Amino acid sequence: MKHTISVLAKNQFGVLARISGLFSARGFNIESLVVGETEKPEISRLTIEVLGDGKILEQVMKQLNKLIDVIKVFDLSNNSIKRELFLIKLNFVKENRSEIIELVNIFKAKILDVSKDSVIIEIVDEQKKIDSFIDLIKPFGIKEIARTGKLAIGIG
Amino acid sequence: MLGANIILESLKKEKVEYIFGYPGGQVIPIFDALYDYDNFKFILPRHEQGGIHMADGYARVSGKVGVVLVTSGPGATNIITGIATAYMDSIPLVCITGQVSTALIGNDAFQESDITGITRPITKHNFLVKDVKDLALTIKKAFYIARTGRPGPVLIDIPIDVQKSSCNFVYPEEIDIASYRPNYDGNLKQIKKAADLINKSKKPIFYAGGGVISSGATQILLKILEKASIPVATTLMGLGAIEKNHKLNLGMIGMHGMCFANFAMQEADLVIAIGTRFDDRVTGKVSTFAKGSKNIIHIDIDPSTISKIIDASVPVVGDVKIVLEELINYIEENDHSDWLEKINIWKEKFPLIYKKDDILRPEYIIEEIAKISKGEDIIATDVGQHQMWAAQYSYFKYPRSFITSGGLGTMGFGFPASIGAYLGSKKPVWCITGDGSFQMNLQELSTAFIHNIPVKIIIIDNGFLGMVRQWQEILYKKRYSETKLIGNPDFVKLAESYNIKAMRIDKKSDVSSAIKEANEYSGPILIDFIVEPEENVFPFVPAGNSIDDIMRGVEK
Repeated sequence: MKHTISVLAKNQFGVLARISGLFSARGFNIESLVVGETEKPEISRLTIEVLGDGKILEQVMKQLNKLIDVIKVFDLSNNSIKRELFLIKLNFVKENRSEIIELVNIFKAKILDVSKDSVIIEIVDEQKKIDSFIDLIKPFGIKEIARTGKLAIGIG
Repeated sequence: MLGANIILESLKKEKVEYIFGYPGGQVIPIFDALYDYDNFKFILPRHEQGGIHMADGYARVSGKVGVVLVTSGPGATNIITGIATAYMDSIPLVCITGQVSTALIGNDAFQESDITGITRPITKHNFLVKDVKDLALTIKKAFYIARTGRPGPVLIDIPIDVQKSSCNFVYPEEIDIASYRPNYDGNLKQIKKAADLINKSKKPIFYAGGGVISSGATQILLKILEKASIPVATTLMGLGAIEKNHKLNLGMIGMHGMCFANFAMQEADLVIAIGTRFDDRVTGKVSTFAKGSKNIIHIDIDPSTISKIIDASVPVVGDVKIVLEELINYIEENDHSDWLEKINIWKEKFPLIYKKDDILRPEYIIEEIAKISKGEDIIATDVGQHQMWAAQYSYFKYPRSFITSGGLGTMGFGFPASIGAYLGSKKPVWCITGDGSFQMNLQELSTAFIHNIPVKIIIIDNGFLGMVRQWQEILYKKRYSETKLIGNPDFVKLAESYNIKAMRIDKKSDVSSAIKEANEYSGPILIDFIVEPEENVFPFVPAGNSIDDIMRGVEK
């Protein structure tokens, strides 16, 4: 099962290495990891997706809490808004242009750049929506995908 | 004030008594400053690894923070085994390493290594100080982190230009790290729940680890044991928490534990685990560990140890001493006579045994030491068979009197740790070692000689890497792959060349007088005991077996 953990840590040298090192040393697998500053520049937020059962989640959270530079750890698997940003470079030839534009509109995605034979699309959404969007555009020929990894914030 | 002086003034503020260190290119400014100080006793080992094990031994006997000072690169990498040893056993150390100049970091400069990167997984925390203005606060933090909560080693990497820069010296009196506030008081509701289970239990057992000793909980534990007549079994790290001969003390549990302690753990209806982490050498096969218990109470300062291996039905996060002091108020008196009676029958039926004949056997040597030291001295060990015999046959009267590398199992630890243990306790030290382990740090004979340390080096010399040989004999069809130590030096001549008194004993009848002589001798002394080469440690629970599935051994 996938869990989403949010970590508030001191925004300083070596913190990311400590956190990612903890995962590899304990044999936990990181699915995705996003790091950025919070409203306080001296604190960063890491959003980590990890695979495993409840026991693994419990250990991960306890081990993260044990790090001296970690201020707070939350489980945001439930009761949270989760978003991920994808940049997709897609084949863009005359025959399928209108169909692609239609899908982009339906999914509230955005076209960022158009060139002779390719288009760059941005989509920000939850996993399920992005998955179905990709399923639908796959037949046109995906050239490249770049994704941010999942961000999450608690509701309320 | 110069950075180098700030370091030493900070150590003074922390009331550091001993510094275990070794000079080198990137710490010359600190050593230069040290030249004018007489506040510290400086111990110069002959290898940085020896130095850190000394600091560790000092910390284990005294409960104070051990301080290590070494140079960058190889100086720093030479202390890694010592850091890992201290980390596994939760020993408070502050290790100061020199580093190349900040401008050169990352350039593969001479004697550069990324020591904060290397030690990240084996320190409680580490720091790289890039600005002299951060130096005093960082040292304050390092000592605070090392000694509070679950103790552990902290490393401070200090580039040479920071040592040579200046700023005002202000040492913070108080410190609070918002992201690090260990929880000392257990949750009262949980404590009451634990007491309720203990009061209702018919066959309870305490399972006590090193945390009982490091938190200073031994007295309060004894009071609880006696109030409710509950037996206790300890881990290797917990030896000495309760006097060995106390009727409620079952001694060590686990792979080489007492049969009756293992049986009691399996039969108990309630296990109260305190200051311990369910190491695999204790639990054996996890799924069958404490199989009679419906409930496990686990009290520990480190929340990550709770429910890591075995689910605790009543977890209590807190300092063992503080929690037990609260717990005792809710514990009812009890005699548990049926339960203790049952354990006594096991005790009589399955005692610790070895073959009593004319052959010089290691167990006999340890028994003789126990007879003469009566638990008043420090027993330090290396790692292997001799370590287990020392754990089984020594007499322990006080906490902090048994010094051993429990978690990491570091060969070469015992002898240097003995030197530190003497400095930290001023009590004579029996260093029980093996011919394999001793050779891993024997260069410290110099240090023992220079400081006239009353360490009695007892080499259980069987010419083998005995513990591995035992596994090969029992589990690998006697295929003794690379465990015979051919080409051992003459340990007596070796010691003598370091100006250390030494003798060799190969007859059982000479053991007692040799031990007596060692006991009376005031300086370092080495005795090379040529023992039965293929003696095995029993009881033995092969790894992965249930802890009541025991080989009792004796006859070959």
